[in-house]
Amino acid sequence: MSLDAALLEIVLLSLRVSGFALLLSVLLGIPAGLLLGLRRFPGRRLAVAAVYTGMAFPPVVIGLFVYLLLSRNGPLGGLALPFIPSLFTPQAMILAQTILAFPLVAGFTMAAVGGVDPALRVQVRALGASHWQATWAVLEEARGGVVAAVAAGFGGIISEVGAVMIVGGNIEHRTRVLTTAIVLETGKGNFDLAIALSLVLLGLAFSANFLIVYLQGRSFDP
Amino acid sequence: MNEILYALSGVTKAYGRRTVLAVDDLTIRRGETLAVVGPSGAGKSTLLRLLNFLEPAATGTISFGGQTIVGGDDAPLAVLRRITTVFQRPVLLKRTVAANVAYGLGLRGQRNTQAVVAKILDAVGLSHLAGEKARSLSGGEAQRVALARALVLHPDVLLLDEPTANLDPANVALIEQAVAQMCREQGTTVVFVTHNLFQARRMGDRVALMLDGRLVEVGDTDAFFEHPVDPRTAAFVRGEMVY
Repeated sequence: MSLDAALLEIVLLSLRVSGFALLLSVLLGIPAGLLLGLRRFPGRRLAVAAVYTGMAFPPVVIGLFVYLLLSRNGPLGGLALPFIPSLFTPQAMILAQTILAFPLVAGFTMAAVGGVDPALRVQVRALGASHWQATWAVLEEARGGVVAAVAAGFGGIISEVGAVMIVGGNIEHRTRVLTTAIVLETGKGNFDLAIALSLVLLGLAFSANFLIVYLQGRSFDP
Repeated sequence: MNEILYALSGVTKAYGRRTVLAVDDLTIRRGETLAVVGPSGAGKSTLLRLLNFLEPAATGTISFGGQTIVGGDDAPLAVLRRITTVFQRPVLLKRTVAANVAYGLGLRGQRNTQAVVAKILDAVGLSHLAGEKARSLSGGEAQRVALARALVLHPDVLLLDEPTANLDPANVALIEQAVAQMCREQGTTVVFVTHNLFQARRMGDRVALMLDGRLVEVGDTDAFFEHPVDPRTAAFVRGEMVY
């Protein structure tokens, strides 16, 4: 396999793993952020504290947690069910990155919707909005913050190495992604390649964030 | 106009331990314009929120069109959509003026609303601002957008919470005119809160005075101002402090 083909394979796997993980964390994190930001219920403060703690969790600890969970002797690994991923697969890496990104997406979304004028919800209800329509209106008002939540989630996972290294194992052609490849090449003394991979990673992160901001402008600007 | 639309009986509302509203009995007839006056903190805005079923009453019943309705999260959407409120502080969405006016129609599944939106913007003198961002408007313009957003829905009930407070006389006249025209053409029931006794007299078929969360007196406009029954109403009309 040529260098270009190998690089492309690594880039595509990085995007696949982080893309799926971001999608899952957005699907779970935005509703969770809305719930925590807009509703008052018993145990909310505990949940908020848990989300804030999750935002600061070291990826390597998440990696260890998922590793123990999925290992053959772990509570999930022992079940051998089809929807539970095996260790050292892209699916296990997606699970670890979803756990990493979820609190970032939920926490930033919570802060964004919590900052919207509470009178807005009352106003749209008075204009005949259902509960869902009122919640959507709040989400639209907080769109800048919600986009930041998605960007933070993506930034948190595309650049992390600890979790994917532990649960993926950095196996060539199977679980090697940009960050683990950088670690490997640096360890081997191939600094030129490590720097090239780093630049690709930076370019990807910038492009993804630019796309998010661009789409936000296209969708919502009056 | 004699058909009773709202009937309130023993309605109270409390925030924490503080009771802010206690209305023993109030009826509002379909198609009438009721002005609610009283000092700040008298419970006028709370009354409007209950009439829009945005909040539940603590005790008592509110009947609307003969049906008892519990306000708040469980209020039926079909009822909610027959009523709308223009608040004292207009909260506009981060959209254009036209999109703000079309918002309530969109909630009801109506599309291709450009023509009706243009017509209502013309009525409130804002056609030239249709494409502007709503949050860039002045206070008077924003309030007119809020009014247009309500009027375009052709509600059965229009609730106005000091809609002309802090506005210049030209804007006040424009808003009063638009509301009066709607009442005339569509038989809309209007309940409006105001500190302006002249406005209450100009616009109201009946006037209600509220003090400390209670209704002191409700009467036909002329009788309310010329022959008030309660001495507190008489003092209030004379501009004396009754609170």
